[in-house]
Amino acid sequence: MEVLAILIPISLLLGGAGLLAFFYTVRTNQYDDPEGDSRRILSGEWDDRPKP
Amino acid sequence: MTAELRPPSAAACPGCLAAPAEAVQADLPEARIALSLPTIHCQTCITDVERTLNAHPGVQNARVNLTLKRATVQADPEIRAADLIPLLERIGYEAHELDPGTLSATENDKLGRDLLMRLAVAGFASMNVMLLSISVWSGADGVTRDLFHWISAAITYPAIAFSAQPFFRNAWAALTSRHLNMDVPIALAILLALATSTWETWLSGEHAYFDAALTLTFFLLAGRYLDHRTRAVARSAAEELAALEVPRAIRLTDDGEEEVRVAELAVGDRILVRPGGRMPVDGEIVEGTSELDRSLLTGETLPVYAEPGRAVSAGEVNLTGPLVIRATAVGEDTSLHRMADLVAVAESGRSRYTSLADQAAKLYAPGVHILSALSFLGWYLWSGDFRMSVNIAAAVLIITCPCALGLAVPAVTTAASGRLFRKGLLVKNATALERLAQVDTVVFDKTGTLTGGTPELTNLGDHARADLEIALALAESSSHPLSRALARAARAAGIKPANISDVTEVPGFGTEGRWRGQRVRLGRAAWVGAPQSAQTTAWLAVGDRAPIPFAFADALRPGAEEAVRALREAGKQVLLISGDTAGAVEALARRLGIDRWIAEALPEDKAARIRKLSDEGRRVLMVGDGLNDTAALAAAHVSISPASALDAARVASDIVLLGQDLSPIADACRTAERATRRIRENFQIATIYNVIAVPLAVAGLATPLIAALAMSASSITVSLNALRVR
Repeated sequence: MEVLAILIPISLLLGGAGLLAFFYTVRTNQYDDPEGDSRRILSGEWDDRPKP
Repeated sequence: MTAELRPPSAAACPGCLAAPAEAVQADLPEARIALSLPTIHCQTCITDVERTLNAHPGVQNARVNLTLKRATVQADPEIRAADLIPLLERIGYEAHELDPGTLSATENDKLGRDLLMRLAVAGFASMNVMLLSISVWSGADGVTRDLFHWISAAITYPAIAFSAQPFFRNAWAALTSRHLNMDVPIALAILLALATSTWETWLSGEHAYFDAALTLTFFLLAGRYLDHRTRAVARSAAEELAALEVPRAIRLTDDGEEEVRVAELAVGDRILVRPGGRMPVDGEIVEGTSELDRSLLTGETLPVYAEPGRAVSAGEVNLTGPLVIRATAVGEDTSLHRMADLVAVAESGRSRYTSLADQAAKLYAPGVHILSALSFLGWYLWSGDFRMSVNIAAAVLIITCPCALGLAVPAVTTAASGRLFRKGLLVKNATALERLAQVDTVVFDKTGTLTGGTPELTNLGDHARADLEIALALAESSSHPLSRALARAARAAGIKPANISDVTEVPGFGTEGRWRGQRVRLGRAAWVGAPQSAQTTAWLAVGDRAPIPFAFADALRPGAEEAVRALREAGKQVLLISGDTAGAVEALARRLGIDRWIAEALPEDKAARIRKLSDEGRRVLMVGDGLNDTAALAAAHVSISPASALDAARVASDIVLLGQDLSPIADACRTAERATRRIRENFQIATIYNVIAVPLAVAGLATPLIAALAMSASSITVSLNALRVR
């Protein structure tokens, strides 16, 4: 049963990390254009670094 | 595990969640241009459009949103949408300017984002607590069980404090105004579950309902979110329609012409209205002659002659020659706006409708409280054990939890609205489907609704070929709708234009030319010396011969016949009420097989007629597009307007028809009936679960496991049943 002391915090931590990641995606408008995003992956116009 | 919490794809448009680039908007408020791109559909379209726009000098950044079929452009202030649209048209994409002012209202969907966050937290917490609860149910006991309960409590408290806020707030608002709504038993169930579970945990008890409190919140939030999305999608599509009409006008000043926003016009300004343009304000004509199409305001199809000194109202369309008008009333004072105010008055009648959900809540909320209170009292009097009695009362509240009820309506309306949206119908109002299902009488407007507003030549066969050749030659040099219709019909019949010289168009009258030395004229009756006729007619005069008539009728909208036939077959009474002349209305009614029609109806007549039908106990569906229909649209039980309708009419109606085709109307009635049937079934399913589980709870036999099973099973059955609407 001692293993629970490690497993429970780990499961909560991982789940919490997922939750935070979801918050981040919502706040940065990443669900604005799901259809467009799924097609942009086919674009040949990639960039190696952020645009100036 | 939170990846599953993305917006449910049941909504018609899964993407339009939140706003693009608020920061940029704040920096450059005027320099933002929005374009609607209805034909884009693939990766190449995105790249083409973005590359073209970004290559234009002065454009800083252009971004396409494929889900909304829209492009947002940040550019120098001197760049106008009119500069960019031809660029896109040259590479083959249809583009229209959108008014960013109208759009921005929906772009920041704060409420939706807020609900989604709360839903995510509730989902995360309920899954974790459920894992711990399953260990308890499968046999953990003693210290382990207590530890799991304490961990559950530690997760549940903050999660509930954040996620369940909307319910607490609504319940508090209802209680302070001495009302009972669905949120009162919800808030009470959540709070009571938390309190008794903490107490039980403290005393090392066996049953804790932390998981139930969280799943309850999660399912209810899912229902709220679905409901919100359906309405947000409809609202954003409706506002896109409104944003397509960019309110701009050309003001004449001493320095020449300048383009300004309609909101900036003042009384006394001189405004140029080009042929095809709509009057932005009420005014008086000071220069030019032309013809005006007033069909959107009055329903008449015959254009009206316009000359200096004549008063014009906002919304009329200038047909032939350029006009200069002096504004006499702007903004809120225009007759267009005053008509829209009529709507607000008429609309108050509709709010009397109580939705099925509200009816259910009215029965449910007091019932649950009484049942829970009675089981507490009964057990306390019988056993005298306060702790057990409170536990049983809490179990009753949790088991009767309305999560299936909370999902019953939104799940169905989301599925049905999504289905209708794909068919080209935009459901704007939350209860529109329920009301549409009750309809037994359908009232149509004529001009612009059953007819497309484009004239069609009816007597081509009556004329000699030589006359037709002259008429075609004259018609082709004019952009008047009747001329265009004549030219189209003659070309389709294989007529070649005659050789005519010196063709000139006299705005407001017609076209004139010389053919073999004779003067030939095509135009208004008075101008060519012909008698007036009741029908829409253009006359051709060749030299001194008697003028010959070309009669026109309004072309039917595609699908009009099918829609009327299907509605009649479904046992609904169909009426035609129009502001047009008796002859025109009767001809159309005959053609469509409508036996009850009323012509020359004033706007007040239409609304009064609909009120009279409602008083007779009929549920009226009004379909109309003009300003003269708005009062009737608002007075009817439920209303539909085509996308081509005036903004005021679209606002007044519950459902907007996006395409040209009318046939989806009959289909919408069928879908609405089916959806209402599903909603009722869902209520029955929820009730059956309660009928089975409540006696167990009242008898004190319910455990957290039974509560969890009943809750999840009923919510899932209800959602699956809702999907059958699609």
